[in-house]
Amino acid sequence: MESDSKQSQETLREPQPSLATIGPEKAFVAICRLAVALPLLLLVVLVVDAVVDGWPRLSWGFLTGYPSRNPEIAGILPALAGSAAVIVLTAVMAIPVGVGAAIYLEEYTKPGRLTSLIELNISNLAGVPSIIYGLLGLELFVRAMQMGRSLLAGAATLALLVLPAVIMTSREALRTVPYSLREACYALGADRWQTIWRVVLPMSLPGILTGIILSVARAIGETAPLIMIGALTYVAFLPDSLMSPFTALPIQIFNWVSRPQKGFHTNAAAGIVVLLVLMLLLNATAIWLRVRLQRRVNW
Amino acid sequence: MEHALKTPRETSSPDPTRRPQTVVRPAEESGTPQVKMRTELLRAWFGPTEVLKGISLPILKNRVTAIIGPSGCGKSTLLRCLNRMHEVVPGARVEGKAYLDEQNIYEASVNPIRVRQRIGMVFQKANPFPTMSIRNNVLAGLRLQGVRPRSPDELVEKALRQAALWDEVKDILDRSGVSLSGGQQQRLCIARALVLEPEVLLMDEPCSALDPIATAKIEDLIYELRNSYTVVIVTHNMQQAARVADFTAFLYLGELIEYDKTDTIFRTPRDPRTEAYITGRFG
Amino acid sequence: MSIHTAIPAHLPARTALHERRRLTERLVGAVLFACAIVSLITTVGIILVLIVETAGFFQEVSLRDFFGDTQWTPLFAKKHFGIWALVAGTALTSAIAVFTAVPLGLLAAAYLSEFAEERVRRVLKPIMEILAGIPTVVYGYFALTFVTPLLQKVVPGLAGFNALSPGLVMGIMIFPTIASLSEDALYAVPTSLREAAYALGATRLATTFRVVIPSAFSGIVAAIILGVSRAVGETMIVTIAAGQQPRFTFDPRVPVETMTAYIVQVSLGDTPTGTLEFRTIFAVGMMLFVFTLALNMVAHRLRQHILKGSLW
Repeated sequence: MESDSKQSQETLREPQPSLATIGPEKAFVAICRLAVALPLLLLVVLVVDAVVDGWPRLSWGFLTGYPSRNPEIAGILPALAGSAAVIVLTAVMAIPVGVGAAIYLEEYTKPGRLTSLIELNISNLAGVPSIIYGLLGLELFVRAMQMGRSLLAGAATLALLVLPAVIMTSREALRTVPYSLREACYALGADRWQTIWRVVLPMSLPGILTGIILSVARAIGETAPLIMIGALTYVAFLPDSLMSPFTALPIQIFNWVSRPQKGFHTNAAAGIVVLLVLMLLLNATAIWLRVRLQRRVNW
Repeated sequence: MEHALKTPRETSSPDPTRRPQTVVRPAEESGTPQVKMRTELLRAWFGPTEVLKGISLPILKNRVTAIIGPSGCGKSTLLRCLNRMHEVVPGARVEGKAYLDEQNIYEASVNPIRVRQRIGMVFQKANPFPTMSIRNNVLAGLRLQGVRPRSPDELVEKALRQAALWDEVKDILDRSGVSLSGGQQQRLCIARALVLEPEVLLMDEPCSALDPIATAKIEDLIYELRNSYTVVIVTHNMQQAARVADFTAFLYLGELIEYDKTDTIFRTPRDPRTEAYITGRFG
Repeated sequence: MSIHTAIPAHLPARTALHERRRLTERLVGAVLFACAIVSLITTVGIILVLIVETAGFFQEVSLRDFFGDTQWTPLFAKKHFGIWALVAGTALTSAIAVFTAVPLGLLAAAYLSEFAEERVRRVLKPIMEILAGIPTVVYGYFALTFVTPLLQKVVPGLAGFNALSPGLVMGIMIFPTIASLSEDALYAVPTSLREAAYALGATRLATTFRVVIPSAFSGIVAAIILGVSRAVGETMIVTIAAGQQPRFTFDPRVPVETMTAYIVQVSLGDTPTGTLEFRTIFAVGMMLFVFTLALNMVAHRLRQHILKGSLW
């Protein structure tokens, strides 16, 4: 009897130190950690590489200079101004339409054939390669609507590009508002629009803003569609109107990368550092806004 | 007393499929019941909340022990502590001892996986594996442990017969486990646990999602199972406890208020709180 | 005394209020509907543009020349319109990317969903999103000036422009997509199934591989398909680092040209609009669109199935 119960204790204990049950799991987790670490390590290498390569050119003069045939004195001011102008215009066009569409889909429409068509359509648009938007912008805005290779055409193209993301993130934010609050508002005699304007939108604002900033931040790095609609690669002036020709930071970087001279590669690296810093700032702003506004809403 | 705690056990072989089936008489016929499991000052937490405040409870071999109590009293947690499932939840913590035969399953050297191989569990909501057929669901425990049974069909049939499901599914063994009705799914889960021939079977409100007919079937089944297994059942249904259990433990706010023969608990409860609960004054 | 005097004076008369509200409501509804329709118009616009220009292209080039040739030289004097040269470039770079990203992405997803602590998960997921947000022109630079020279030391005969380096970098680019979407699918598997497996004495590893991953299978496939779709449509990395020499080859060491890179090449050049040469980019764009659309539709379908649980 003594030995019997001893044996039963053994069966509980035995496999713990053995390789058969714990070993593979530890090994697998180690491999997994490696799979996570490898891309993140490459991210670090990428950033370090760009900073090291671009360091000699990172100066105030680089930020405020104009392009030049001489890489040593070339700067990115027109590209920065172009990027800023394009992004602001893109936001102005994409945000009202995107948030409006999100409100319509979340609050106004009942599930039906049209709604599911629009939903399917948005999820498909989100997967369309950006260069295809460039083809659309080229035909629709540059040629058919005769905007030419202008700031406006570029921004309109990018607005269509970021629209699906804006709609999807806004819808998610709207969905976080509990239905009971809407009901409470209706019970006070408010109609649908009042409910949305006074209750739903303010409460979902942090989420909507964050989503919008992140979507628009993506647009800053977009290169292919702007190449398609004919953003110039050599611009020695600042854009002064909606119809002005322009360049943008990623276009400038692309242009420098495709030159064979080493000096231009250094410029490209410096431009990349600036671009990454800009994106980081935008992302940080988004997070900061979310935290701040969420504290204010406080629920 | 000391003697009774040391449970004679059939020789255990690593392959559960080859373990000889034990036939043990119900207690009334074979004298003093033996203690299969017991907890000693068992405490459990979810994050900072203490849900079990020192439970000491015996579980007798080849008997059905019911754990009753109002919702939130910790009865499911107690059950999950008995096969070290409580710690699976992030932030959950256990202190104290729980013995299976003479082995404290919370000792550092004990592998929880081995504990669970010997103590089966049936959950509140039937959870057959949706990606597996009925047959593979029954065999899932063995397969997940990396055991390849030599005669799987026999095992499947035996387990499904024990779970009183065989006649209903014998022609559709290759259909998905989730194609069955709720009551059938629950019996499938019982069969899945029985294939491993566990020494103890833990059941966490196994009938709460079922209709009365399915419930009656499972209750009959539990009554049958006590011949070969030790069963612990958590239930919020006092009639069910009265129908199936030999012993009943009443838990209230994380404490064991009363433990006795089911008859005694229901006829002459000692504690006023037990009486209040079983007469329906709270819970 | 009439009933009307019972309305408190500070509220506007009921009918006027009612009218104004109804008008606003309808107006707002119409405006919001218009916003929602913009996305539909975008799709229609894309399809129309591609169809019109592609139709113009096929009036001059036969389908046989397009699909029955492996040379692509529309900008040369002796013109060939064999799309397979560009398709091969795209297929090659995308395949390299997928073979890089799928193992990494699935391991990362399994780790984050099944093994990592909640704290680790909360830190790593946003970092992976940063990885996904890096502009592709940056990845292109990285492939051309860092990865290619590095690989040239290891791979003999690797040209300055090649399919291998941008393929690998593109794999890093789509890694977050595959990891994050697969992780969502794994995480969505009900805890009750994991518990069922644990209660049967299964290890975490067995539970992950035999229960969780099979249950999330369609979601994982959808994640991979979306990753493929992104690789196929990716433009800047391949334009910068893969070269501009369309050729029907599966040798990863030599320069190739993808469909996307060709479109960029033409639009950067001085090809006049309205010419046959210019229309080629719409024909290529059409191929690209149809291809990615098909992939996205399949992925969407698979994901819908998970939501409804009908694959179970």
